[in-house]
This record gives sequence, structure tokens and C-alpha cells, in this order.
Amino acid sequence: MAKRIEAVGVTAYYGTFKAIEDITMTIEPRSVTALIGPSGCGKSTFLRSINRMHEVLPGARVEGRLTLDGNDIYERNVDVTAVRRNIGMVFQRPNPFPTMSIFDNVVAGLKLNGVRKKSLLDDAAEKALKSANLWDEVKNRLGKPGAGLSGGQQQRLCIARTIAVQPAVVLMDEPCSALDPISTGAIEDLIFELKNEYTIIIVTHNMQQAARVSDRTAFFSISQTGDPGRLIEHDVTSKIFTNPREKRTEDYITGRFG
Amino acid sequence: MTTISTPGIGTDLRGRRLPKWAPWAIAAGAAVLSYLAIYLGGLLDGGWVLTAVVAVLLYLVLLAAVATGVEGSRAARNRVATSLIYSAFVLALLPLLSVVYTLVSKGVSRIDADFFTHSMNGITAFDANGGAYHAMIGTLEQVGLAALISVPLGVAAAVYIVEYGRGKLATAIRFFVDVMTGIPSIIAGLFVLAFYVFGMYKFFNHGQGGYSGFAASLALVVLMLPTVTRSCEEMLRLVPDALREGSYALGIAKWKTVMRVVLPTALPGIVTGVMLAVARAAGETAPVLLVSGGFNSINFNPFSGNQSSLAIYIWDQAGAASQYAPARAWSAALTLVAFVLTLTIVAKLLARRSKLK
Repeated sequence: MAKRIEAVGVTAYYGTFKAIEDITMTIEPRSVTALIGPSGCGKSTFLRSINRMHEVLPGARVEGRLTLDGNDIYERNVDVTAVRRNIGMVFQRPNPFPTMSIFDNVVAGLKLNGVRKKSLLDDAAEKALKSANLWDEVKNRLGKPGAGLSGGQQQRLCIARTIAVQPAVVLMDEPCSALDPISTGAIEDLIFELKNEYTIIIVTHNMQQAARVSDRTAFFSISQTGDPGRLIEHDVTSKIFTNPREKRTEDYITGRFG
Repeated sequence: MTTISTPGIGTDLRGRRLPKWAPWAIAAGAAVLSYLAIYLGGLLDGGWVLTAVVAVLLYLVLLAAVATGVEGSRAARNRVATSLIYSAFVLALLPLLSVVYTLVSKGVSRIDADFFTHSMNGITAFDANGGAYHAMIGTLEQVGLAALISVPLGVAAAVYIVEYGRGKLATAIRFFVDVMTGIPSIIAGLFVLAFYVFGMYKFFNHGQGGYSGFAASLALVVLMLPTVTRSCEEMLRLVPDALREGSYALGIAKWKTVMRVVLPTALPGIVTGVMLAVARAAGETAPVLLVSGGFNSINFNPFSGNQSSLAIYIWDQAGAASQYAPARAWSAALTLVAFVLTLTIVAKLLARRSKLK
């Protein structure tokens, strides 16, 4: 299920603005990789270029090579919906579909892609909600609107929705930044369980969180405003946080910069 | 240390306040004063409207004076502004209430079984009976057909502008939709008259031009399309991008995202916009008069032959110098308003029912 992602010389633009430059890194399957760095350094741009979500904005494009288990996801005849089905994404703010019930939210990816069989959908919903540690809280009100849940529950609903389509990779763009510490703890536990089945990449501003949940950490930075973001260091998390190779990484982690 | 003194704001948090009954007392006083001045003082040859206007102005002045004396100038300005806003609200509501009152009081006289089951076939303006059955059929068919054509087209155009359109073409379409909104309705009627009634219609009527209910529908489409498109566009823009992205991230194709996520989210607003357009179309007279021909008898077929509509019927009856015709016109007007109101309520209920509870 889980797949390897390889980025070679990835450079992303928004129109004429170069947001990230020459990112080269390999992300192993069944691992959690945290992307950290100051605001505007291109972590989110890199994350969004992995499932081609950045293309939603007009004028955005990517150079370089991004592969999923060796298959180039930017090749000409690649179907972007297939890429996104394999590489799911959880956003900063929970975004359940307001017109859909909890159940319909979870199976939206399946239903809208043509799965009709009720029994299949029921099973998928239960499995996804259980994986997202949400089943016990919502099993008696699956027909209620998803927007009626608390913020933390909504975010877990969005995670359930993402894993219901059984992707190979799950991208998370600051998934806990709008949540309280208890909900954050619940999501971190969940990430720890999910990595047995998925490749997970998480952008976070919270360095304790990066240290807690990730196996490897990548530090991005910019030299000054307007310059493209670059990958400064990518290593095992414990090494990044205790004995980084680069001075800039150390400065950032110890709070002297950024 | 220097202290900055702010005028009007002391260290004491509580100020002196007017008692609750004071504004009412002032209002009553203003009303009495105004009445005395206008009716007894013989100032102008007033009437109750002038009395009311003078009373409101007096009230504002007195309130400002009393409040300034007791509470200070900030509180006085607040009271005057609040009173002005309430008066504006009442002023805006009065015409509406007046219209409804006039319609109901004058319209009920001919709301009877005859009115809903008979046409004007063989009945002149000077006969007592007659009904608007043929006109109701005309309005229902013409507005229905117009909605059937303009709603899908308008929604599709809005979807194009918001979801797909990029660059010059989308800007141009938006511009022309705006221009279309400003087209006088008679121009829409003339367009259909030239294009359809004396143009296209010839091709399937043995070379003869002709009036029809469908021609009226086409004129209404020209008028409804920009309204539907614009309101739908505004509603689609209100749908947060986060929902679109959430859907794309599940590998859901763009058109499906539009159909199943974006449009349902915007549905209540779209329904409101469509109802406004329908209401406007149902009341249109000039273009319909020009192209549907008007008719005194029942014609169920909108595609061939003259057809009446409630708007034409009202125009026709209101203009006749007869003691019976104006009552028919008022009843038809009441029917038309009731029809639009019912449609709006039903549409709102449907839109609300589609929302989850």
C-alpha cells in the first residue's frame, strides 16, 4: 500500500515567482516525515506539489521530477485525479462538506468516484472511522451533518475521509494548528497508528510535534524575503533535533532564528 | 506623569440616563404638539400625513435636546441615530404594506369560482362576469417555459464564469451579462418580435409569422438570464475554496466537485436568485404584450396561436372604462402576487428541506 516518494530537483513557481528551488529528497514508505521551517519557506508549496494540489492556483507550475514508486506524477498523460486518489491530503482547517452527513463525508471520495454498493460503502465508512479513532463518537449519529462536530472531531472526520479512498500517501498541512492540545494529542496518536499503512508527510510549525511524531525531519528555509525556499537538511528526526549538521538548522531549532 | 483628558469621558463609568419611559413620553408629546399645531393652530391645511411627519421631526429635535441635557452629547447622538434608523425602516415598509393592503382590499371582490374557471371568451369589458383562467394558464406556461430554459443556462454560465473561465473570455462574458441586466424589457420584446415572431417562426408555420406564448417565454428568457447568472455567480463565489480543495484531494474530478460539492453548498442562495428572476418575469407586461398577442379565450398550446397572461389581462382590464373591468384587473393583480409569493415560499421550503438537520 504505502509507496515511496522521490523528489529530484523540484522547483515550483507561482506565475513568475519562484517559491521553492531544487528540492531533492526521498521519502520512505511507512514512515512519518515532518517538514519544518519558518513561514514562507515553501514547505506547504512542496507538500502541495506532491499531489499536484498547487495547480489549483492559476499560473502555478513545477519543474523537476516527482515520482511515486518510480512513476513520474508530472508526466504528460498522467491523470491528476488518479494522482490525488493515491496521494491524499488533510488541510490546515477542517473542511467537511457542509451539505453532507458524517457518513456521506467519509465515503464522499468513493461515492463520487462511482462506488454505489451500500454494503461496500458501509464497510469502508466503518473501517475509515475506526482508523481515525472517531467511530465510537459518531457511530450513533452518522446521518447528522459533519459540520456539527467539534473542531478536533471534524479534523479526524477529514482524516477518515482521506483514508477511506485508501491512498498510498497522506499529506498533512499543519493539521493541528486550529486545534486545542487534547485534539492535537488525539491526532498525533492517530498519525502514529497510520504510519503502519501509509507514507505520511506532515508540515508543522510546532517543533515538539515534529519531534514527537516523525521518523525523519526536513528543514526548509529562505535566505531572505523574495528568495525561493530551499531544503537545508533532511535527516533522522533525533539527529536533526540533537546534532544537526547545519548551523542554520540548529539556530532555527534552538529558537535563535525564525 | 501627565494625564490625557478625554472630553466627555470621566473616570466614573456610570453616567446619568434618561428613564425608560422618557422617549415614549417625548413621542407622545411630539404627537400632541403636532396635532395641535396643524389642526387647531390652523398651520397649513394639513391632514394626518403632515401631522405624522411633523411629529417625527419634533420628536427628533425634542429627544436630542432632552438627551443632550441629561445624558451628554454622545448619548444624544446615539438616540437620534437610532431613531432615524427606525424611521427609515418604517418608511421603507410603508409602501409594501400599502401595496398589499390595496391589492387585498380591492382584489377580493372578484376572487370567486367564475374568475378561476372562466375566460373572457364572448365577454366584453361591460359585462359583469368573466374570468382570468386563460391568463393564468398563459402566465404559468410562459413563465414555466422561460424558467426551464433560463435556469439551466444561467447556472451553467455562472459555473463557467466562476469555476472554469480564465482570462479574457470570462471577463467578456461577465461584462455582457452586466450589460444584459440593464436591457429595458421592451427591447427584449422587440428582439423576439423580429427574431422569432416574424423570423424563425415562419420556418415551421408555412412561411407565416405569428404570435405565441413561447415567443413571450423567449422574451422572458432574455430578461431572466442575466439575473439568474449574476445571482448564481455571487453564490458560487461564496463557496469556500477549502471545500473545492478538499474534494480535489480525494481524487474527485472537477466537474463532479462542481456538481456534488459546490452547487449543493450554494443551492439555497441560487434558489433565492432564481425566484427573484421568476417574480420579475411573471410581472413583465411590455415584451409579453408585444409577442404573445393577447387573447380572450383559452389556449393551452404555448407554441402556436395567441395567448394571454395575467400581466396582459391586468393591462387590458385596467384600461377599460367599465364598472366591472377594474375589479377584474385588481383580482388578477392579487392572483399574480399570490402566485409569485406561493412559488417563493415553496422554493424556500424545498431548499431548506435539502439541508441536513
